[in-house]
Order: sequence, then C-alpha cells, then structure tokens
Amino acid sequence: MNSQITHLKQLEAESIYILREVASEFSNPVMMYSVGKDSSVMLHLAMKAFAPAKPPFKFLHVDTTWKFKEMIEFRDNRAKELGFDLVVHSNPTGIEMNISPFEHGSKVHTDIMKTEALKQALNAGAYDAVIGGARRDEEKSRAKERIFSFRDKYHRWNPKSQRPELWSIYNPAIQKGESVRVFPISNWTELDIWQYIYLEDIAIPSLYFAKNREVVEYEGTKIMVDDERMPKELRETAKKEMVRFRTLGCYPLTGAINSTATTLPEIIKEMLLSTSSEREGRLIDKDEVGAMERKKIEGYF
Amino acid sequence: MENIEAYLKEHENKDMLRFLTCGSVDDGKSTLIGRMLYDSKMIFDDQLSAMESESKKYGTTGDKLDMALLVDGLQSEREQGITIDVAYRFFTTEHRKFIIADTPGHEQYTRNMVTGASTADVAIILIDARKGILTQTRRHSFIVNLLGIEHVIVAINKMDLVSFSEDVFLNIKKDYSQLVEELNIKNSYYIPLSALDGDNVVNLSEQMPWYKGKALLNLLDTMSVGKELKSEEFRFPVQYVNRPNLDFRGFCGTVASGIVQVGDEITVLPSGKTTKVKSIINAHDITEKNNNVESNKASASMAITLTTEDEVDISRGDMIVHSKSLPRVSNSLKVMLVWMDEKPMELMKSYNIKGVSSLVEGHFEHINYKIDVNSFERTEVDSLVLNDISSCKMLLTRPIAADAYGKNRLTGSFIVIDRVSNNTVGAGMIVNVAKREEDSFKSSKTYTKSEKALNQYIRDFFPEWNCKEV
Repeated sequence: MNSQITHLKQLEAESIYILREVASEFSNPVMMYSVGKDSSVMLHLAMKAFAPAKPPFKFLHVDTTWKFKEMIEFRDNRAKELGFDLVVHSNPTGIEMNISPFEHGSKVHTDIMKTEALKQALNAGAYDAVIGGARRDEEKSRAKERIFSFRDKYHRWNPKSQRPELWSIYNPAIQKGESVRVFPISNWTELDIWQYIYLEDIAIPSLYFAKNREVVEYEGTKIMVDDERMPKELRETAKKEMVRFRTLGCYPLTGAINSTATTLPEIIKEMLLSTSSEREGRLIDKDEVGAMERKKIEGYF
Repeated sequence: MENIEAYLKEHENKDMLRFLTCGSVDDGKSTLIGRMLYDSKMIFDDQLSAMESESKKYGTTGDKLDMALLVDGLQSEREQGITIDVAYRFFTTEHRKFIIADTPGHEQYTRNMVTGASTADVAIILIDARKGILTQTRRHSFIVNLLGIEHVIVAINKMDLVSFSEDVFLNIKKDYSQLVEELNIKNSYYIPLSALDGDNVVNLSEQMPWYKGKALLNLLDTMSVGKELKSEEFRFPVQYVNRPNLDFRGFCGTVASGIVQVGDEITVLPSGKTTKVKSIINAHDITEKNNNVESNKASASMAITLTTEDEVDISRGDMIVHSKSLPRVSNSLKVMLVWMDEKPMELMKSYNIKGVSSLVEGHFEHINYKIDVNSFERTEVDSLVLNDISSCKMLLTRPIAADAYGKNRLTGSFIVIDRVSNNTVGAGMIVNVAKREEDSFKSSKTYTKSEKALNQYIRDFFPEWNCKEV
C-alpha cells in the first residue's frame, strides 16, 4: 500500500530533512551560495524546507572578484526576488594586492581569494554550521565525505578520523569554535541535479546554455572574455564560438566547451553522451594530483 | 529531441535502491563494482545510440572508462589507507537509481560495515567460489542481518576459476542456506558470477547454461524491496517547529512510516496530549510561486509540515502518532549495541543518546551478553571495546517513544555520543521498549556512608522534597 516515491522525491526529502536538522541543531548556520546550478538547487530546497517561512539562515557568497559578471547580476536578482539574506565577502587583502589569476596563477589566486576569503568570512560570521553543495559523485575524495562533516577550529578536515554516520541520525555535537560542514545533496548525481532543475523549473544563469561567446585559448582550455582585466595580448586572440559552461566559477579558471545545447534537455543529452567528468573544465583540479583532497584538508570545500 | 524527453520521463519515474557490498579485495569486490558502474553506463549508450548517430557532432561515445583503471583507482585508494571507511558510489539503470555503500570487509572495520549497512535495503555478499563460506562470510551475514537488511544476494564469484561448475555452486548454496536458517535471513538469492569476465553480472553467462536465475543487475533492477517490510503505523518524529508569524505554527519532519490525513486523531508523545491534524503542507509540492500548497494526506518518506487543530505544546524530539496505534513510551530499553570508539564503553557512564530527532541523556546499566561476530557465541562481559556487538539494557533520564528496530528502522535506531569528545561512539537498535518507566538512578552508583547519612537527613527533615532513598 505504500506507494514507493520516485528517486528524485526521495533525494529531495533527504535533503530537506538534512536542512531542517541544521536549522534545529545549530545556532548560527549559513548556506554557501556559489550561484552555480548546485547552489540553485540547494536554494530551491531551502525555500521548500521552511515554507511558508523564509530559510532561517544566511546565504554566503565568497566573491573572488573574478566571477563572471552575469553570475553577480543573477545572484543579486535572486536575492531580491526570493528575499533571502545574502552576505557577500571578498578578501580585502587580496583586493589590495590586486591578485589576478592571470598574473599570479590559479593556485595563488585560489588560495588567497577563495580558501583564505572563505576562512575570513566563516570566522567573521562565527558560523557553527556551513551548508555546502558538494556531491559524492563529483570526485573520489568526496565519495567518503560524511553528510555532517566535522571541522576543527582551523576549519580543517581529517579524512582519517571521521565520525561514523548511521541511518539518518546526524551528530551535530561540537565545541565552541569548531564547526560542521553539511552536504545536503551528497547523494545527488549530476544527472539528478539537471533533471531536478528541469522538472522544478529552477532558474540558473544563462552561462550554462550554449551561445556565441568571445573565447580565447588559455592553458589548454577555452576561456571567455568577460572583462578588460584579461591581458590585452590574450584578448586580441579572441574569436566567437558557440560555447557553454558545465561549471561556473572565476572566468579565467573556467573552461568553456563547444556546444549547441540551448535547452535543458539538450544539456542533459550532451552530458549523458560525454565521457569526460564534470570538473574537466575546472582548472583548479589540474594543478596537481590529489589537489581536491589537499584543498579540502586545508578548508576549501 | 523526442528521445531525450522520453528518456527524462523514464528517469523521472525511477525509484531508488541502496545496497551494500560485502567482501574483501580478494573476492573481486572492486572488479564487481567497476563492472556495474561500467556496464550501467553502457545502458545509457544503448538508449541514446539512436540520437547519437543523428548528431555526428558528439562523435563516438567510445566509453573510454577503462574498467581496469576504475578498479585500479579503488585499489590505490586502499594503498593510501583511506578506504578504511565507507565510500558511496552511484549508478543508474533503466528502472532504478542505485547507491552503493562500498565498505571494507576485514574484522577491524566492522564499524564501517555497520555504517554502510544502516542505510542499505539489499546486501551483496561475495564468496570466492574456490574458498566457499569463510569466517568473514559468517561475519558479513551476521552484520547485514543485525542491521535489518532483509534481502541478501549471495554472489558466488570467480566461477571461471572452478570451470563454471554447477556442483561447486550448489555446494556453496547448500552451506549458505544453513546460515540463512541460523540467522533467520528473510530473503536470499544465489548467483554464480565471474565479475572479471562479466558472467551473470549484466548478461546471463553462456558458460553457465545450468543457471536459470537472473543476472545480478537484472535482479537488482527488478527485485521488490521495502514495500512489504514497512510498518503501516503512522510515525512522525518532529524535527523542527516552523513559526513564521503568530498565525502559523507548523511541525516539520519526514513521515517515518504510515499515512496521515487531515482530520486524523493524533497523540503527541511522550506527553500523551491529543489533537487532530488540521492541515498538511507537502514540501514536495511547493513551487517558487506557490509556497502554501495543502495536501489531504501524506505517506512514508515524505517531507511535510503539519498543523494541529488545538494549540498543543509540541517540540523537536516529540513523536506524533495516530491515537489508535501508539508505540511504547519508556526510559528503559533493551538494545543491541555496536561499539565504535577506540575508548571502551563504560557501564553507568552518562552518554547522549540521539534518535531520529530526539536527544536524551542515558547510560548502559547492564550488558546481557557480547556476541562473537564470527561464531555467534555469546559471552558475558562488563565492558565493550571497538567493534564489539552486544545486547544491553539502556536507561534514559526521561522517557521516549520508540519502536523495535525490527518493526521500524527509523524510530528504532539511535547513536551514542560521548559527552566530552563529542564523537559518535556507538550505534544501537532497539529490541524492546519496557512497559513501564524505571528510576534511572536506582543502582547507578554506590554511595558512601556520608552520602547515605545526608540522604537520610534530607528524607527525615525535608519530606516535601520527595527525595528517594539511596
């Protein structure tokens, strides 16, 4: 007599359950909002979990100052439309130093404008729970990540001594200064995310859809000319191509792919037929082997 | 474009199955997982190959995913020593989305296996055809059964190394059925496999025409799981109280079991207060434009918000149930406990006991017996160390509403949290909830002479304090 609910509804219920646990167990939680498709899904889930009220926590965007212009516009529009509490943080020291991925390389840029900025924002907010959009299917080191992932007072992750996590009973116990990273969409796959966006009609930035855009070849990938900060000699090589992005981040570090997919079903079709993993276009992971594991230990998501 | 939309429609209606793989590297577990991940990707290709030829742009999908590589990946992780843990992997077939909990099989990783088993509906127990049933097979079967997994697939692997012999298969099957009886495993399935060559993994093997059952993936895809096991009694652990304004007070949570309808008579536990369901907001129906969708009813696994007819005091940790089918409420419980911490369990020590949404302080008063996971022998002990599994009596400082784990996995389970280290140090399954409450401090301490004298003094001169005799 129990009608089995579909896998997407089960995933949705699990995520909502996790978000409500966070709201109940922590005094000052925050949801990371990176403007990408996974963040859009998380925001949607948070709106559902607490309706008719607004989500009882803030949304934090770490702005490296090198994000696509469209992402920033999209972010501010969403905050206005849905009325959620948005906090934006950029590393002031990094801005002063004029950190540029073109000049200083992706590692320095990411360390200062992303990892360091995130730590600053988390310390400033004194958040005891930080909700992130990581999925277990994204990367090998994430397959083992807990849904409630403990971080010491330096925001570090210790992969070798994770708390056992059973059933849907999550352990939120921490000392002052420590925190928990919470991953409500751990069990979603990339296909689930796209399918859900499609079914629930969730707004995402148009950068995900193919369009004629000005791109240049840079370190083995195509990147988009988004502003004047791209070195002039590089900009001069720009040509228009039909491209889209599979992930969104800093424009100099986010590779475009050639594509004609202008609708969600076309994107999904393209994804199903491709053999390369989602993060291929993200330059950060290529820096060194095991980059993600190292970054996580240091406190990056 | 019609094809992709048909595909999406099909994917939308898939259900989900979580399974656990038990075995060690030597049993070919990684190869089997690699094979399933690889071959399920092939299914996409089949479905989409028509479209694929339409658009030359995408070229050949040419699955570059080398299975050997995939398996090597798992092994190199193992060398780094970090697979001493549970890894979750995902794949999709025509009918289902699967979540694999991949756990190590050695005895020192019992806690990880317990963790992986806690959320699984089905377990695949790998047996090397050359070796037959080993101690680890008994251990894996015991844990799987302890954690309430009612479907066990016995995958007899490496059939290629025993010349695909039906006799070998039948002998192992016969041996295992004794274990099934011993442990009272509800549903068992036997498949002869060669994960390396893919025999009976996705396609039925030509080498074993004597095998009349389904290939593994087909079995996983079609087996009926969960439906027949779920309790039909309505259980709703209150997770969060939603109070955006004075006019709305909703109780949020996920329906653990049963069905609830508007107008149903409900009881709030442990207080025992009764009221009726006034409205149900189903989170699944909420859209960006309409956030106040009301439903007439909701069933198990749904995330909902309930409002009640009367203003009843309800908070997180309470359980809402139908007044006509109440669970027991007590502070005294008989439990099966798995110890998960390096630091041994101490009797009478105060721990935090966390259930699906409740948090109560409690202690273990008595260990009835410890059970050996290999021989199933019971021994008497007075402390538990890492990976020990035992039957205990647990006393809480206040009563909770709970079910036996065998009846309801959600309302019958709990974790044990150390109050100083904050670690999750144990996991428990409720066997029985006592009919009555017990004084949880009765025998929890031996008192000194002066404490006894003080107790006597208080009882003599301050009777209004209702102090109990120690």
